[in-house]
Amino acid sequence: MLVEILIAACLVISGIFGLVGSLGLIKLPDPMMRLHAPTKATTLGVGGALIASMLYFYFVVGTFSFHELMITLFLFLTAPITGHFVAKTHLHLTRKPGDLPPTGSDRPWASYESDAERARIEAAAEGDTAG
Amino acid sequence: MIGYALTFAFACFGLGLLLNIYRVVWAPTKGDRILALDTMVINAIALLALFGIHKGTTMYFEASMIIAMTGFISTVSYTRFLLRGDIIE
Repeated sequence: MLVEILIAACLVISGIFGLVGSLGLIKLPDPMMRLHAPTKATTLGVGGALIASMLYFYFVVGTFSFHELMITLFLFLTAPITGHFVAKTHLHLTRKPGDLPPTGSDRPWASYESDAERARIEAAAEGDTAG
Repeated sequence: MIGYALTFAFACFGLGLLLNIYRVVWAPTKGDRILALDTMVINAIALLALFGIHKGTTMYFEASMIIAMTGFISTVSYTRFLLRGDIIE
């Protein structure tokens, strides 16, 4: 009985979080705000659904399956990476380097630094520490 | 009780999938469209996990693992294409 309540609670919470994540993608006003909803709320929602599935198969059916843990781990590892890439795409498509606030150092924002410039600065820094 | 909770979760994730389809079709920026596609993949994984509970079989988890990997690769390649104009450099 207690396990049933736990599984049902996991399912309901995961459903609410999944719906909130998809609703936030529609409702929030700014593109950078819209990035928050799917990468956090929906990931938590799918995690809850997979935990409910693992509890169900262990306590009700009686077979332990570790596939859910693998899927949860994979999703939790890849969600920040996709969020980072989408944010970077948005930055490059809609903003120019002059629109961004200053970085506070003589190097530009890492996303806009050219490969040759970065190699030169890093080689110079390495020369300083070696010498 | 699990049955009612399962129906509720199915309804929530199905509604989320419909909202994502709306955002894929009518997207204000390109980033939103990529994000909506990525969220569609995540919602599909959740629906497959719930369907596995409904049917009482673990057979669908391999499918959702493959969908998770394909979704990640497709999102990263789409964003790379928009960033660099090239997927594999």
